[in-house]
Amino acid sequence: MNQVKAMSQTGLDLSKAAEFAIDYARKQGVDQSELSLHQGTGISITARQQELETVEKHNDAQLVVSVYKDSKTGSASSADMSEQGIKSTVDAAISIARYTGADDCFGLADAHSMASKALDLDLYHEWQANEAEMLDIAMRCEQAAIEHSKQITNSEGASVNTYSGSAVYANSHGFLSEGLGSQHSVSCSVIGSNESGMQRDYWYDSNRNAAKLDSAEDIGHVAAKRTLARLGARQIPSCEATVMYDSGVAKSLISHFIGAIKGGAIYKKASFMLDKVGSDVLPDFVTIAENPHKLGASGSAWHDGEGVETPEYRAIVDSGRLQGYVLGSYTARKLGLESTANAGGVRNISVSNTGQSTAQLLQEMGSGLLVTELIGSGINMVTGDYSRGAAGFWVENGEIQYPVEEITVAGNLLDMYQNIVAIGDDYDMRGSTECGSIVIENMTIAGS
Amino acid sequence: MNQDHLSIAQATLLEPSGLSDAHLQQLMQKLTNVDGSDFADLYFQYSKHESWSLDEGQVKTGSFNIDQGVGLRSIVGEKTAFAYSEDLNAPAILAAADVVSAIGRQGQNVTSRDIWRPQKIKPLYSELDPVAALDDASKVAILEQADRAARDHDSRVKEVMASLSGVYEVVLIVTSDGRQIPDVRPLVRLNVSVIVEQNGKRERGSMGGGGRHGFDYFDTAMIEHYSHEAVRQALVSLEAIDSPAGTMEVVLGNGWPGILLHEAVGHGLEGDFNRKGTSAFSGRIGEKVASELCTVVDDGTIANRRGSLSVDDEGNQTKDTVLIENGILKGYMQDEHNARLMGMDVTGNGRRESFAHLPMPRMTNTYMHAGQHDPEEIIKSVKNGLYAVNFGGGQVDITSGKFVFSSSEAYLIEDGKITAPVKGATLIGNGPDAMQTISMVGNDMSLDSGVGVCGKDGQSVPVGVGQPTLKMDALTVGGVQL
Repeated sequence: MNQVKAMSQTGLDLSKAAEFAIDYARKQGVDQSELSLHQGTGISITARQQELETVEKHNDAQLVVSVYKDSKTGSASSADMSEQGIKSTVDAAISIARYTGADDCFGLADAHSMASKALDLDLYHEWQANEAEMLDIAMRCEQAAIEHSKQITNSEGASVNTYSGSAVYANSHGFLSEGLGSQHSVSCSVIGSNESGMQRDYWYDSNRNAAKLDSAEDIGHVAAKRTLARLGARQIPSCEATVMYDSGVAKSLISHFIGAIKGGAIYKKASFMLDKVGSDVLPDFVTIAENPHKLGASGSAWHDGEGVETPEYRAIVDSGRLQGYVLGSYTARKLGLESTANAGGVRNISVSNTGQSTAQLLQEMGSGLLVTELIGSGINMVTGDYSRGAAGFWVENGEIQYPVEEITVAGNLLDMYQNIVAIGDDYDMRGSTECGSIVIENMTIAGS
Repeated sequence: MNQDHLSIAQATLLEPSGLSDAHLQQLMQKLTNVDGSDFADLYFQYSKHESWSLDEGQVKTGSFNIDQGVGLRSIVGEKTAFAYSEDLNAPAILAAADVVSAIGRQGQNVTSRDIWRPQKIKPLYSELDPVAALDDASKVAILEQADRAARDHDSRVKEVMASLSGVYEVVLIVTSDGRQIPDVRPLVRLNVSVIVEQNGKRERGSMGGGGRHGFDYFDTAMIEHYSHEAVRQALVSLEAIDSPAGTMEVVLGNGWPGILLHEAVGHGLEGDFNRKGTSAFSGRIGEKVASELCTVVDDGTIANRRGSLSVDDEGNQTKDTVLIENGILKGYMQDEHNARLMGMDVTGNGRRESFAHLPMPRMTNTYMHAGQHDPEEIIKSVKNGLYAVNFGGGQVDITSGKFVFSSSEAYLIEDGKITAPVKGATLIGNGPDAMQTISMVGNDMSLDSGVGVCGKDGQSVPVGVGQPTLKMDALTVGGVQL
């Protein structure tokens, strides 16, 4: 609210502030400029042990300006959106650009690539709930988890979060877009204990539209079930085995893949996916696509972070073959390619499946490890070497036998992608990557 | 010095918007005008951040950011209400205070103390603004020097990526128990990472450091040290064979491998988890939780260290807190809220990422005291095992006690000798169990070079770690070689 007030004091709204900044930068003699600007408000409420624990009110604003002059660039950011604040921020960016090195690849994305048509992608659903109602949801969620079993003995609480904001992107090509967005979530984390010790697990749901969130009770029950399932977990002997990543953790494998084909890693030759465009990097039953226009999805946008028009659909991997990298204008120019409208990242990734349910995948796997949690970040993006801490379940004859912990799963990502034998249709729809459980053969498990 | 800090803080945070002591008292009155109010505070913060980055031999990008605002918090029993304002004018802050006080039930007017007594603190670092103290051309020159130092060191260096950042923060903490505490905090960091190539095989290496200094900390010797060390690590990795998989004897080098302590015991000893009984260490004060060779402290009082603070973000002086002494669990790290609820003393560990975040118990510099053994003697004692000297990140599940940390430079130990380098692997263990298996502790305690960032509940804060060389009799190494 403070920012709205600051704006009204200077007679500016977000779009006007953006135009003012672009105009001011031009008057200061820069060749090109661009900026993003956002402001938003939110509330986070946490209940623990059936009492209100914290109420947090969020109120954010940020202006980020980049300027280009003589093939050099500088950027600056600030929360101060008064006219004076905008001028100071632009001046700071210009000052930086005096000392950076020249690179012809810098600059705005090409003018002809700017998105020409604004699309309504159903990104904004204000949540009308007041704090008392949000607290009630958190209480019901935690209560469902606690009452699920006597073995749920403690709680880290349940949280309800709501955030709404508006964002503007503008550049000196004359491109300007302003849009509203929202994101709401409910989460719950509880602790179970028995003679074997304590275990914790959690569950959450998140959506732009609060009406589409899973019920508080369902989220609490899942958190409790996941926690109870881990009680009595043990280490297993080191071995080579088939590993099934459940749909919640399988997304991380897709995220490493996308990270490895990002332009920044490619032009610096710091990726294990270097020179792989046109190669079969995954089995032929795998297609990885980007769907930037998906209605109501968390990653949706009709233009990227530089104003470039996003496609409705792009196959990044088609039937196992890598189709191209993930590029913004700078990395595209460095590589002599065209931007793929990925400034700011990829938007709504979907991974194809081989048709099996979770139970069918376990059945086909026969024996192996089902991983439900990964910790640590032991990944070398230059070589693809992969080693992470894991927890999950040992599977025999297609049935879960017992919970497992204090083990690692390791391999090399290039081999791991080739060794995928199945992807389930048990998609986890939360977040901006849709992927089912992934089964990978020949991984090394380190344990006792 | 302290009076300087107070005048800097007032000039930076209060005077531009005309905030007076009367305004602060009015704000505090609103925050404490809640039934059963235990504590309230205002956290004014100004933060300036500048960073520069280099690749392909030139500094390509730079960015500059200024943030300021005030966080307002009111605590009633176990309940906390929090709001913040980026606008430091009185009406905006009073409106935020109304939001906070509306959250609790309105009750009798518990007035705050009206005697403001600035606290005397001995600063652990200079109040110099590192960003303003050096001209931009000289900052760029630091990165160019790092680039040259790496490329000149070995012809197999194909790419150098270096970044330099400086932060200048001014804070003023105003508490309902009548304190008004300023702090002025510089923080600088330089990072160098390289890609090397040999016979078509590529590898990476990186090194960096910094602390609560000006940029003059990065003299030629320091810059060359970072660059050469990054190249050395990358070249070692080129020769690395597959890492072993399984449980074995593990020797950890001194310094940065102290990330072990941060993950295996540090987080589990933060007050909030122990008050709630969710830590594997909950209720275990007085028990033996590590081998008797282990004395582990969290010490926020070391001058100029990255993890150090003259006062924490609740205005309490930092301490050298003994967590584990000769294997016995002695205490937790506490902030105001959790110390009060547990009836314990605050330890100066209340930290927050910014005015827009709630404080909670966090580590500062966590390290293990030196032991008796010569590091060479420790290596010699291992028949077959792993010697790990550099690490990436780590993580812990504080409830089950399972922790991981990922090595980036490690070697096999065979018959008491360091032999082949092995590829990075994640090490995993259970905090209370793993600490019991420490059977030798070196006499070579050292702190890390000043690069640590700790994340908790989405908030990042700078931290330090350290330890002597030490041997664990059994830890699981997550390699691929069975």
